[in-house]
Amino acid sequence: MNSTLTNPTSSDVAAQNGASRVNYLTPLANILESKDAYVLEAEMPGVNKDGLEITVENGELTIVGRRAAVEVRGRELYRESRATDFRRSFELDPSIDTTKISAKIDQGVLTLTLPKAEAVKPRKIAVS
Amino acid sequence: MSIIRYQVPQLSNWSSFDRLSSLRDEVNRLFDFSWPARDSGLFSGWSPALDVFDDKDSLIVKVELPGLKKEEINISLHEGVLTVSGERQRETEKKEGESFRSERYFGKFQRSVTLPTTVDSNKVSASYKDGVLTVELPKAEEAKPKQIAVSVS
Repeated sequence: MNSTLTNPTSSDVAAQNGASRVNYLTPLANILESKDAYVLEAEMPGVNKDGLEITVENGELTIVGRRAAVEVRGRELYRESRATDFRRSFELDPSIDTTKISAKIDQGVLTLTLPKAEAVKPRKIAVS
Repeated sequence: MSIIRYQVPQLSNWSSFDRLSSLRDEVNRLFDFSWPARDSGLFSGWSPALDVFDDKDSLIVKVELPGLKKEEINISLHEGVLTVSGERQRETEKKEGESFRSERYFGKFQRSVTLPTTVDSNKVSASYKDGVLTVELPKAEEAKPKQIAVSVS
């Protein structure tokens, strides 16, 4: 363990910079592969279409789900859920055609369909 | 100062291990994921996160239940205990393809909360939006906070 006198902890440095580290929750995900596409399901309760941010960059898919603002009514007696937003990144198989990725969200579950590029699918070659 | 006694029943489902889910993944997930309250053990079944709020005239209970249809959710109130239960069907069984990663829980779930005040069971309502179930339980008249006037004679 580094001594705090000689090496500042990361939170000290962050405080000096005025920056703050944002914490995210990692949503649970299921990934299915069929011969035409990958299907990714991510659970993000409290997130709807407006709070979703999906980006693909350099073969990496990043999903960010921001919870819809819910007015907290009354005082908290007991709390298990966390008010944090969701974030998760996935490395994409190069066979995925990133221009054809589609997404839909229903009751807090995001379903992404990532079709495989045509060239990768097995093709029969006709013999003339 | 919490005066709620909640019961998390023993869920006896042993979540079946997908052949690709390794022990290392499970351990890593313990540190990355926010687990909803679980009764015991590393591998207990699905225990959705539950919150309870007191809004002066009613109690509000929220349960995080993503990916369900409202017909799959059962809410019952009996002797001051609210129970939310149901079953999430494994629709992925029907989809063709190979499961690469399987973290989501499927199957039955149940959460119970002993309510701290009596509620009017005829006026309980529930809504399900964005995967969060919100149950509103208006308090019974005698349980509502009342102002008592002081008379000075």
